[in-house]
Amino acid sequence: MSAPLLSVSGLTRRFGGLVAVDGVTLEIHPGEIVGLLGPNGSGKTTVLNLISGALKSDAGSVSLRGRALEKLPAFKIAREGVARTFQLVRVLGSMTCKENVVAGLAFGAKSRWGAEADAAAENLLTRVGLGTRANVMTSELTYIDQKRLELARALAMQPELLLLDEWLAGLNPTELRDGIELVRSLRAEGRTILMVEHVMDAIRSLCDRCYVMNAGKKIAEGTPKDVLAHPEVIRAYLGDADA
Amino acid sequence: MSARNIAVAAALAALVISLAFVPSVANGYQLSLAINIMNYTVLATAWTLFSGPTRYVSLATVAFFGIGAYTVAVLGEVLAWPLVLLVAFAIGFVLSLIVGLSTLRLSGVYFVIFTFGLAELVRQFVTWYEVNVTRTLGRYVFVDITTEQIYWQLLALAVVVFASGYLIQRSKLGLALRVIGDDEAVARHVGINTTHAKVVLFAFSASFMTLAGAVMAPRWTYIDPAIAFNPVVSFQVLIMALLGGVHRLYGPVFGVIPLVMLFEVLLAKFPNHFSIMVGIAFLLIVYAIPRGIVGLIEGAQLSLSRMKGA
Repeated sequence: MSAPLLSVSGLTRRFGGLVAVDGVTLEIHPGEIVGLLGPNGSGKTTVLNLISGALKSDAGSVSLRGRALEKLPAFKIAREGVARTFQLVRVLGSMTCKENVVAGLAFGAKSRWGAEADAAAENLLTRVGLGTRANVMTSELTYIDQKRLELARALAMQPELLLLDEWLAGLNPTELRDGIELVRSLRAEGRTILMVEHVMDAIRSLCDRCYVMNAGKKIAEGTPKDVLAHPEVIRAYLGDADA
Repeated sequence: MSARNIAVAAALAALVISLAFVPSVANGYQLSLAINIMNYTVLATAWTLFSGPTRYVSLATVAFFGIGAYTVAVLGEVLAWPLVLLVAFAIGFVLSLIVGLSTLRLSGVYFVIFTFGLAELVRQFVTWYEVNVTRTLGRYVFVDITTEQIYWQLLALAVVVFASGYLIQRSKLGLALRVIGDDEAVARHVGINTTHAKVVLFAFSASFMTLAGAVMAPRWTYIDPAIAFNPVVSFQVLIMALLGGVHRLYGPVFGVIPLVMLFEVLLAKFPNHFSIMVGIAFLLIVYAIPRGIVGLIEGAQLSLSRMKGA
């Protein structure tokens, strides 16, 4: 097997007395789509925040192609090649769709600016299905379109690793089908993705492997089919049989 | 460059040239009014350079303005005038870098309070120094600068501030600041060094304010800390910028002109109630026109074009 793209080892983060992430270890190989599952409050989003540098870890290491990330500020981690979307969608409200994507193009390791960035932004908007809306203000977008825009901004950074935090949550069935297709098309491009997700259809059809967390700890890993049948995982979601 | 851009550039050049002839047609009072307008144009535009896109409300304007004035009071008779201005710019730049690095991690109301505190701190420090070290609180400003020269220097400074603002807006730094203003977390995660971007722009903005203070200093023959670091100046600059509109570079001018006139009238007619009147003006502006005069005009244009389209 190839060397991992992302290695996370013993990652730990406490909030006061609560250990939100407790010694989590995981690996992602180039080209994989990996799911991160678990009940609400199990620490999934905190893991993404620790990898992307939004939060600092108390212990453990994160490395991308062998380069240590855990001590770097968020903007340097972004330049190293980690892009993300947010659990609650975050678009730049005072700007047009195109400007949002240019924001993703301009400041990364492979920075693009000017006419080149404008052209690249329009391509990316077309790529996520917003081709006709380049000059529309983001505040006029529907929820799904805001999510598309957020994805285009993340892709603009040409990330080695893309972190999707419940990117498919809150969509209606038609939108969900489009959303799954869009993520699947990223796999065809060879993107490496770590996705926090609750939508089981999406997990089954997209993920190569999954990690399952509960109360800050990793409780299972494997193919979606295996982990969803794992007794520990069933207990985490549904409680004990005799409870 | 398109034909429209050339026309705009020519119109701006004509405007600057005709403004340069104001001293030859204006009487003493009118020139002093023009100087006031030019001074506040520089201050409010410099304020907007930083606070407009980032939405960090700074009340430290008068701290830098006063430092510029004091630089002239101390060095005015020692160095040649261009050197005095250069020193003032350098002091403003270095000080604002230090202030920026230590405060721009703060956000929202904490930043506002800190900048207000900074201006008071500088004033108290200068007072302490003058009382305990030089033993006289006030200083005389004796430099050989005429009123006309003050006006021309302010005009030149205004041109520099607008040109820098224009270049910054079109640069990556300008986009970075708008991203920061919209969502600082997103800014970090698209790879923007937010601290660096904010500090650089804060330093430019503050250095322009310092220069304005230095240029204005010869207007007073006598200064003391209460005059040079009068906190009302910070608030006036803030109101002017908000009235004009901070989302456009030229916005503050539309606030500066009416408010300088208004304050002039208030000072003449209600000298004892000036602060109350300024406060009421502030409330009315924030309540009635939150996006400023430029915002009002743009809104009207938009609805007009929609009516035509319908």
